[in-house]
Amino acid sequence: MAVALPLVLLVLLLSGRVGGGHAEPPRDSLREELVITPLPSGDVAATFQFRTRWDSELQREEGLSMLLKADRLFHTSYHSQAVHIRPVCGNARCTSISWELRQTLSVVFDAFVTGQGKKDWSLFRMFSRTLTEPCPLASESRVYVDITGYNQDNETLEVNPRPTTTYQDVILGARKTYAVYDLLDTAVINNSRNLNVQLKWKSPPENEAPPVPFLYAQRYVSGYGLQSGELNTLLYNTHPYRAFPVLLLDTVPWYLRLYVHTLTITSKGKDNKPSYVHYQPAQDRLQPHLLEMLIQLPANSATKVSIQFERALLKWTEYTPDPNHGFYVSPSVISALVPSTVAAKPVDWEESPLFKSLYPVSDSSSYFVRLYTEPLLVSLPTPDFSMPYNAICLTCTVVAVCYGSFYNLLTRTFHIEEPSTGGLAKRLANLIRRARGVPPL
Amino acid sequence: MRGGARAFGTGNACGRAASRRAGAGPGVRRAGAAQSRSRPSAMGLLSDPCARRHRPGHEPRGSALASDAPGAQTPGRRPSDTPPPPPVQRWRPRAAVSEPPKSAVSSVASPCSVLSYVAGIAWFLALAFPPLTQRTYMSENAMGSTMVEEQFAGGERARGFARDFAAHHRKAGALPVAWLERTMRSVGLEVYTQSFSRKLPFPDETRERYMVSGTNVYGILRAPRAASTESLVLTVPCGPDSTNSQAVGLLLALAAHFRGQIYWAKDIIFLVTEQDLLGTEAWLEAYHDTNVTGMQSSPLQGRAGAIQAAVALELSSDVVTSLDVAVEGLNGQLPNLDLLNLFQTFCQKGGLLCTLQGKLQPQDWTSVDGPLQGLQTLLLMALQQASGRPHGAHGLFLRYRVEALTIRGINSFRQYKYDLVAVGKALEGMFRKLNHLLERLHQSFFLYLLPALSRFVSIGLYMPAAGFLLLVLGLKALELWMQLHEAGAGPQEAGGASGPSPPLPPAQSVGLASLVAPLLISQATGLALYILPVLGQHVATQHFPVAEAEAVVLTLLAIYAAGLALPHSTHRVVSAQAPDRGWMALKLVALIYLALQLACIALTNFSLGFLLAATMVPAAALAHPCGPRPLYAALLVLTSPAATLLGCLFLWRELQEAPLSLAEGWQLFLAALAQGVLDHYTYGALLFPLLALGLYPCWLLFWNVLFWK
Repeated sequence: MAVALPLVLLVLLLSGRVGGGHAEPPRDSLREELVITPLPSGDVAATFQFRTRWDSELQREEGLSMLLKADRLFHTSYHSQAVHIRPVCGNARCTSISWELRQTLSVVFDAFVTGQGKKDWSLFRMFSRTLTEPCPLASESRVYVDITGYNQDNETLEVNPRPTTTYQDVILGARKTYAVYDLLDTAVINNSRNLNVQLKWKSPPENEAPPVPFLYAQRYVSGYGLQSGELNTLLYNTHPYRAFPVLLLDTVPWYLRLYVHTLTITSKGKDNKPSYVHYQPAQDRLQPHLLEMLIQLPANSATKVSIQFERALLKWTEYTPDPNHGFYVSPSVISALVPSTVAAKPVDWEESPLFKSLYPVSDSSSYFVRLYTEPLLVSLPTPDFSMPYNAICLTCTVVAVCYGSFYNLLTRTFHIEEPSTGGLAKRLANLIRRARGVPPL
Repeated sequence: MRGGARAFGTGNACGRAASRRAGAGPGVRRAGAAQSRSRPSAMGLLSDPCARRHRPGHEPRGSALASDAPGAQTPGRRPSDTPPPPPVQRWRPRAAVSEPPKSAVSSVASPCSVLSYVAGIAWFLALAFPPLTQRTYMSENAMGSTMVEEQFAGGERARGFARDFAAHHRKAGALPVAWLERTMRSVGLEVYTQSFSRKLPFPDETRERYMVSGTNVYGILRAPRAASTESLVLTVPCGPDSTNSQAVGLLLALAAHFRGQIYWAKDIIFLVTEQDLLGTEAWLEAYHDTNVTGMQSSPLQGRAGAIQAAVALELSSDVVTSLDVAVEGLNGQLPNLDLLNLFQTFCQKGGLLCTLQGKLQPQDWTSVDGPLQGLQTLLLMALQQASGRPHGAHGLFLRYRVEALTIRGINSFRQYKYDLVAVGKALEGMFRKLNHLLERLHQSFFLYLLPALSRFVSIGLYMPAAGFLLLVLGLKALELWMQLHEAGAGPQEAGGASGPSPPLPPAQSVGLASLVAPLLISQATGLALYILPVLGQHVATQHFPVAEAEAVVLTLLAIYAAGLALPHSTHRVVSAQAPDRGWMALKLVALIYLALQLACIALTNFSLGFLLAATMVPAAALAHPCGPRPLYAALLVLTSPAATLLGCLFLWRELQEAPLSLAEGWQLFLAALAQGVLDHYTYGALLFPLLALGLYPCWLLFWNVLFWK
């Protein structure tokens, strides 16, 4: 679950739609941002964003990109890169078009390994670098650190250096506070020649429950043996008082034959009847099962969606080269409008930070979430491929040898060759006879 | 049942017709005649109505099929000196067995059976010798060529964890769940707990538990950049006392070491179970969301995909002199041989002393000593496998198709000792190689016997031993089948034939009907043996001054012994039938029944099948209502399943070089009975129902044959 959560969160981050620009942005600007947020699993996510015009200078060696060092980035739990290019208005009246390039890099740091067993982190520990100067080309270069729950007299959290400004916003239905470090602000870097943002937990955070998102999900296969089994999806709604519907979409390969009559949905021990079910049965080797349901999740509950299946026998050529690895079943997709605890304000896309565009807002009372559960590995009944392989090789050889010789025998036309009797004398005689016009001997 | 009776009648008539065609009296039958008799009679059995329909057309050729008794013989041909049909109740063994001369099959069958039995036993004993044992080799490519460098150095940390665990365990009197959770979280695992409870069918006296409840703690190390589809398990089963605390310490130290590495491609689950194997069973059932044994447990909160392999660890001290590896699982299941090879590879690499069944590995396979030592190990493994009990916590994983083995640290009086670092390095190496696996372990053997760690016997080489033993039953059944027809033909042949006027010739009345009563009664006894002990324990404790566990064992023995009194009750039921053919038919059915059962058992659990065959086959083949009956009875009792169990216990302790006295043996036997029943109810072991519902009734049939009146 804990791994799924950061994954899901980051997928969300990346699939966020890009907001439309209303006010005309300053031309040829490069905006760069680094956002550092804690994850429910205890890990730390860092998201870089660079936005510029396509035609401006892309070579950057200072600023936030200093932190991008490959050996540290690949030592992490997860990373993801995205590039968005879109046309934007070239001038105020939109008579010309220019292109906007947005690059995103999301990294999940294993806080336990980088923090030597603690949840503390610093830029240096994560990236083995600190920030020394802003990018000279950038019109905006900021570091945002999620310090929700931090205030000046708070005993739990210590942020170093102390943030001069903070930014508050509603992200995924919750109010978040970010410390803002503006690299273009000379005071931020010049104090100590570099900026190494540090976050320390004063009291051990083990006794407090980690924050849990309102909606998360798990998926697993149950049962044993190679004949039948059950696909289970657990949907958790941790919202204290609001029930909300989710749309659950399952695509299951045809070689797991679903028994739709066994579909059971239970919440809090009671049967939960989905308000909408769409099922498209599989066709062997053509299309997978498609099962889509709209399920109401009661407040503060776990809902179990289970459906039994039987494993089909594949043809021997249909197995993958590693059949004993098992076959993957793609994740369930859960889409929901999760109610917010705090009403979101309408957003001014150009003025708000870049990372805001990663979190879509559907309306003021709820926000949209799409979750992907973990994929499943299901082992199918697999023949022992070593034996057929040998048998096939042997039979092919035997058939080839037999077939070749038989074909040769059957298709060859036999004719008796004239024995070339006679020696030089006879040939000479025949030559003379041919010359004379007499049939040869 | 009338059809059955008629079928037998047709067969007999065929025999008669064939012998007439051969033109010889009973004294001069040739072997060919015997064969020609046997074939049509079988056909007659199968297609009796058909034979009747075709009768007129084939009459002149004297076809065996066509010559049914009334049709083939005209009443006028009946000789006047026909003796009356033999009295029904009179038992005529001579006529049944010896009067018809032996056919080819009969004359060959007995020496062949003896030879076959001897060959089977000899083959099994020869399994430990080099032409039949092969060297083990790693088949799995992913684990073969890539050696890993072990870096585990947390010996001191492991000892520290073990000390703390033992202290908390003593203080709490149970598994220190909160401490474990905290510690696992502090080494960076994702920690979950699972509570379970189980009421045993009756109190377990050896472990002193009845209402069992406990909590399992497990921590998951999530592999970076992986989607949690596959996982490995390292498990430590903890009992009521803190004997296994060193293993918990090593598990935690390994978890801390593993957590800092980035090469993991599979999640690793570190599982500490309470109540030994019951906790493991509860966790496995909850992980796979099934309920096999009626365990009540809370659902698991965290999972990590399909488990690829598991290692169970048992250490009783912080230094070990050797590591013992156990492979035998529930119902005799074995893990893939590659997992054992992997363990052996790292034992060799780390210079660890490894044992199998507590026996050192023989070095010299060229002389006789090595194989003889191997034979002891092989026998121990066969006994262990035949018991169907999980020989460690790994045994329960095998049901879920998770390859698993148990590693036990042994601390004996040997001079050279290894510390926890050496054991930890071996485990680290194993897990790193298992981490490389692309597919489940499937390349190597799943069915094997082990005379040593580095030697194995594959299924193709050990199966003939069981085959030879089962051949005895087949030969005996065939011989009996021949005799049955000769016996049926005998009295009538001697006097020509019986006419159509008697309502039914005695031979024809022996059909399947006469077998129903003994079969039903013996099966019912088996059913009672299976159900009553556990069901009636409360009644027994009310009326007798015994505890529940004692009541169960004593009821088991009582019903078992009561089954021996059965012939006296069944002979009245079947007394109306022809006795001489009755026991033959019953023995034939019993032989086939036994052969089928043993063949099925040998396929799934070779050791059990072979042990049962080796003991039951001779007595079953010899069971006979004439001859030295007390001798046969003694032999039959000595080879009954319960006596086999007792004998196996003595053999087991003898091989372990800890011989039992008779009284100890009896105590152990009683405990083993209770354990066998408990294993069935708590883990789903199949030995108890197999013996109670399958082999014991079958054995009763032979007892019935022996005391046929």
